[in-house]
Formats: sequence, C-alpha cells, structure tokens
Amino acid sequence: MPVLSYIEAITAAMDEEMERDDRVFILGEDVGKRGGVFRATDGLYNKYGAERVIDTPLAESAIAGVGIGAAMYGLIPIAEMQFADFILPAVNQIISEAAKLRYRSNNDWSCPITIRAPYGGGIHGALYHSQSVEAIFANQPGLKIVMPSSPREAKGLLKAAIRDPDPVLFFEHKRAYRLLKEEVPIEEEVIEIGKANQVRAGDDITVITYGLCVHFAKEAAQQLNDEHGIEVELLDLRTVYPLDQQAIVHAAKKTGKVLLITEDNKEGSIISEVSAIIGEQCLFDLDAPIKRLAGPDVPAMPYASSLEKAFIVNQDKIKQAMLELAQF
Amino acid sequence: MSEITITMPQLGESVTEGTVSQWLVQAGDLIEKYQPLVEVMTDKVNAEVPATFSGEITALLVEEGETIAVGTPICQLKVEGTDDLSESTQTPSENNEKAIDEAAATESMKQRYSPAVLTLAAEHHINLADVTGTGMGGRITRKDIKQLLANQDSTTASAASQQLSETSTRKPHEKKLKPIQVDQLPGDLEIPVTGIRKAIASNMVRATSEIPHAWMMIEVDVTNLVSYRNAEKKRFKELEGYNLSYFSFFLNAVAKALKKFPELNSSWAGDKIIQHKEINLSIAVGSETELYVPVIRNVDEKSIKGIAKDVHHLAKKARTGSLTQADMQGGTFTVNNTGTFGSVQSMGVINYPQAAILQVESIVKRPVIINDMFAARDMVNLCLSLDHRILDGVICGKFMSHVRDILENISGDTTPIY
Repeated sequence: MPVLSYIEAITAAMDEEMERDDRVFILGEDVGKRGGVFRATDGLYNKYGAERVIDTPLAESAIAGVGIGAAMYGLIPIAEMQFADFILPAVNQIISEAAKLRYRSNNDWSCPITIRAPYGGGIHGALYHSQSVEAIFANQPGLKIVMPSSPREAKGLLKAAIRDPDPVLFFEHKRAYRLLKEEVPIEEEVIEIGKANQVRAGDDITVITYGLCVHFAKEAAQQLNDEHGIEVELLDLRTVYPLDQQAIVHAAKKTGKVLLITEDNKEGSIISEVSAIIGEQCLFDLDAPIKRLAGPDVPAMPYASSLEKAFIVNQDKIKQAMLELAQF
Repeated sequence: MSEITITMPQLGESVTEGTVSQWLVQAGDLIEKYQPLVEVMTDKVNAEVPATFSGEITALLVEEGETIAVGTPICQLKVEGTDDLSESTQTPSENNEKAIDEAAATESMKQRYSPAVLTLAAEHHINLADVTGTGMGGRITRKDIKQLLANQDSTTASAASQQLSETSTRKPHEKKLKPIQVDQLPGDLEIPVTGIRKAIASNMVRATSEIPHAWMMIEVDVTNLVSYRNAEKKRFKELEGYNLSYFSFFLNAVAKALKKFPELNSSWAGDKIIQHKEINLSIAVGSETELYVPVIRNVDEKSIKGIAKDVHHLAKKARTGSLTQADMQGGTFTVNNTGTFGSVQSMGVINYPQAAILQVESIVKRPVIINDMFAARDMVNLCLSLDHRILDGVICGKFMSHVRDILENISGDTTPIY
C-alpha cells in the first residue's frame, strides 16, 4: 500500500473517478494549469484536458451555479472553492437551488454535484483563510456535508461524494493536506456517506469529533492511555450533516461521559446538535455533563501566533479536556 | 550573553514541514538581524529563512537535505545583552492537573449523583451511601458502580454455593433473631432469662421453627372410665397412699395404641426417621414458674397402679426440685395433662425431636345424643400435635380412633388396676 498525504489522496480520488466516468469534470479557480493553489488537481489538466478541468473566473456563485446547471443536465461536476471562507457568495446557489432541487421538482430533477472547499485554521491564515463554515449549511435538508479525518477516509469519502446522486459539500482541512500521511489501499474503497466511524474503543470517556480534530484526539487519547491508563472511545462523525444519530447515541451510552470537539466557534456548531441528540436520547446513561471543546465565540481566527494558539483547538487542549472529564 | 534557538518557521498556509536545501551561514559566523540563514524548500515555495536576532551562530542543528516539521529547532545563536529567554515556566496544563488532584481529595461531590449512577443503583438495589467514589470530589462514577457489579457477579456464584452447604449443616436453633427493643414502663420488673426458662425458650423456638406442626382433635366418651375410677379411687388411696388419677388410664391407653401404631413412637433425625421399640412417655409436670418433662419408661409393660406410682413420684420430685437429668431422658412420645388447668382444647408444641404430643383435656359432663336420645355423658377432648414430616393425617386418625376405642371400653375386665 502506498503512503499518501491527505491532499494526494484527494487528487487520487478525483483522478480515479474521472477515469471511471467521462461525465465527471472539475471546475474552479486555478484548478487547471496551476493544479490548484494547494495542488489538489495537480496533473489532472494534463491528463484530462481543458474541457474536463476548467479554470473559472473569481466568482464563487458562478462556480456553484454552473456546476448545478451541468449537474441538472446530466454531468457530474466537482466544483472547487479555493477557500471555504469564499463559499459565501455561492450560498444562495447551494442552499436555494442545489439542496432543494430534488424536492422542488418532485423527484424529476437531481443535482449530483460535489463542492470541495479547504477549511480550518492553525496555519497563520487569519480571517479569510481559517474559517470553519460547515454549521452554515448544517440545517439544510437536501445537502450532505462530509469532512474527512485522514488520507484514507478522504479518498474513500470523496469517491462516495462524487457518486452520490445529490449535492455533497466536501470540506478538507487545509492543515491536514500535508500534515497527515498514511497507507491508502490501491484497490478501490468507497466509504458510505452518513455513517460515523469508531476510531478507538474505550470505556472511560467518549470523544466525538470530525475532521482534523480526530487526528489530534487520536494522538491525545494514546498519550492519556500511556500516561494514565484512560481508555477513550473515539467516534469520527465523517458526515456532519445529516448526523449518524445511532452511532452517536451508542458511543455516548457506552461511557456516559461525552466530550465533543470542533474547531468551529462554539455556539450553534455541529457539536451543539450532537449534544442535543445525546441530551434527548441518553439522559439516564449520562454520568457527567456533556462537554464541548470548541473555538471561542469570536468573529475570526487571529493572525498573531500567540492569539491563534489561544483560539484554536489543539492536541494539548484536547488532552486536558479529556483528562478532566475522565477524572470527573 | 544568552543562547537563542531558532526554529523552522511556517512558510505557507498548508505547510507543516520543509526540507533544508542549503545553509547560508556556518557555526561561528557573526550575523545581523534579518540576514538570510538558510534556504528551505516546501511543497509550495522555496524560501530563505531570515535571522530574528543579531549574534553569533553557535551550532547548526539540521543537515542539508533533511525534512523537518514546522517548529523544529534549526540552529542556535549567542546573543548579547538580552536576558535568558528560555526561562522555565510551568505549563498551564500542569497547574490544572494539580487543581484536579486537589479537588479529588475532598468529598464535596460525594452526594452528587449522575442520572447514570442513579439508574444503575435503582436497577441493582445498590445503597449509594455504601459506595466509595473515585471521581472528582469523591463523586461516585458510573464506572465505580459497574466495577462494583462486576465484583459482585464474580463473588455471587461462590457465595451461593457456600450458603447452600451452610443451610444443610446448620442446626436450626442457631438461627438467631435480633431481640426487639421493648419500651420500659414505670414499675416494670426485669426477670433475667436463665436456667430452665432459657432451656424451655430455646426448645420451644426450635420445635416451632423447625417442625411443621399439624393438629387434630377427637372427642371421647369416658363415662365408663369415670364410673370405674370413682368406684376404685377411695380404696386405692387407702391401700397405696397416693391418688388413682385419670391420667394413668390415659397413659395406659396411649401406650397400648403406640404399640399398635409404632409410627407415632418415633423421632426425626434429619436424614432418617428413628422408630423406637421402647415406649417411654414424657409427661409434662408444671410448677408455678417452671415446666419439666420427666419420662415414665416402658409404660406398655406397666399396670395402672405402676403408672400411677411413677406419675406420683415424678410429680413429687418436680415439686421439690429434685428431678435428675436421668429422669428426663429417653422419652419417645409426650402426653400432656392440660385438663388439670381446666383447658378443653389446646395446640401442644411437640417435644423435639419426638413425632407427636397428645393433650388430655378436662373431662366435662355434657349432653350427647345416643340412639336419638339425649344422655348426660362424661366427655373429654384429646388433642394431637404431629410432626408432618414424619406423620400424616391417616395414620394419626387411626391412632386416635384406637385410643378412643380403648378409653371408651375401659372396665375392670379390660383394664385391671393391678
């Protein structure tokens, strides 16, 4: 099995899907000749040509709108937003059109578009290059939001997203692009959307998170196991909308002590909804207050190193929160 | 003078590592602030890393061609005039850990129960006051309860088998109940339970708690007995010096019936029933405060006079307190003369480990119907308490009928006094 970085796994997934199905094509800013600012589409322009890897103007609403139109017409677009922060001009297209098309047309039309966007901070990106935007879309029935936590997950989930008959938002943590590397099977692996993944089994505390935080939680859990013998049950949500309620309830009931983690601002975040599900369904199994570890309710990730560090959820903060919950 | 460590900087938004392609300085070089130190290659850019201080390079920590993570030390610098920047500070997480440890040492959370703990405690009938919590502030965690239950499960099996073997070997009188608290009233007299009272108490508890008692009562027409005894008693008293009691006739009748139904003349011995050949009748002899049960041996071999003599002697001994242990051993069946206190019906407690006890009640003149005519007859009730482990109703019914037949047919011919 070759070792791939997170971004190489994403490139490989798009490459394989474009090879499998001629209808699959890519559109976005600098995705063509440049191969994307993060190099996610590196090599694909040369391999599939300008008609299937299309450079667009700096107009996110157009990228989404053109993609939605092409999808309605029978193609399978992969639209790239250069940064998730810049998806906001496309929100009308995504929420009002893509999400509602199947419902509005009484199942006559569908919109099999995948919209990829790098999110997250901790990379000195400041306001416009650090945001987590998933919560904006996470109450729009008709949409699916996938946020992979590792190279292998990224490849398997992106292939599933491209094959999904409905719109999928695919958020990739930009810090994970070159930080995470792992062995990824050569043979085809498609990971089902809508199913959470038990990363680690334990009986002391349950940690539920998604995206890059899964990686930090995994590392912290190993440290706590080595240092304190604490066994952490770690659940990777993978799909943050709609949520895998069954897996959430099962994991929460297992230990009764639940820590929820997101890099996003705390109030109204994905984990707020996870907390509500647990509150509704697990009251008599809870052994501690449901605990949320998230970014502060501050408008943006600061640029200054010290402030960025204070803002962002990192491995140390996760480990500390886990330890406190285990000792409660 | 102080040492400064320069680390690998972040050279792009997605960059987490870089490869040192070329060092632009050497150890020992004096450098100015912002002077390029090293060329670094990343996935996105090639860049020169500038010095952040002026000073003298003391060591290069990374070889050319090495790929290192952002934040890794790359070289050391000796700087003039600044204070030691690498002062050791306690990390906040260490502080927090200490705070948590301190909180755990208190008991402030001992009675704060989570829904999970309350649910488990209710399900498994656990008294939370008995559980030691390992959580913060002495809080009982769900895991504490689960561990308690796991330990219980592993010990229940062995405890159950232990209990089983205990019950099979346990003597019934060992089962002790806690005495209840009695409210003291003014003028109460406390009488210590000692000696014979204590023995009576423990025998009665043992008999009533172990033996499954069953009862039966028959009515006997003893008109013949009464007239026979009335005719003989005066002469007997003059001749022998003691009374010719009714009780002797009853003992005689019981002994004869036991001879015919030896099942009632037996004892319970746990895993077996012992049927006795000798017919030794225990008789209850009471005084104001005490009750003795001396034994008349081989009653079936004795005449009415012989029985009367034994009763007289034993009663006398009981009154004078001179009964010996030997006088009270070897009984196989008990006859209790409850009629002497005027009782007409009673439910006797079996004299452990015998199989039954017969209570002879008062002889009372009553109207009864014989051949559709009223007649005034001397009637007596005989009450039998039986150990239902040893005896059943059918055999006891036959025994009682036989006793009645003997008693109703008493006359000088059937039952001579001598």
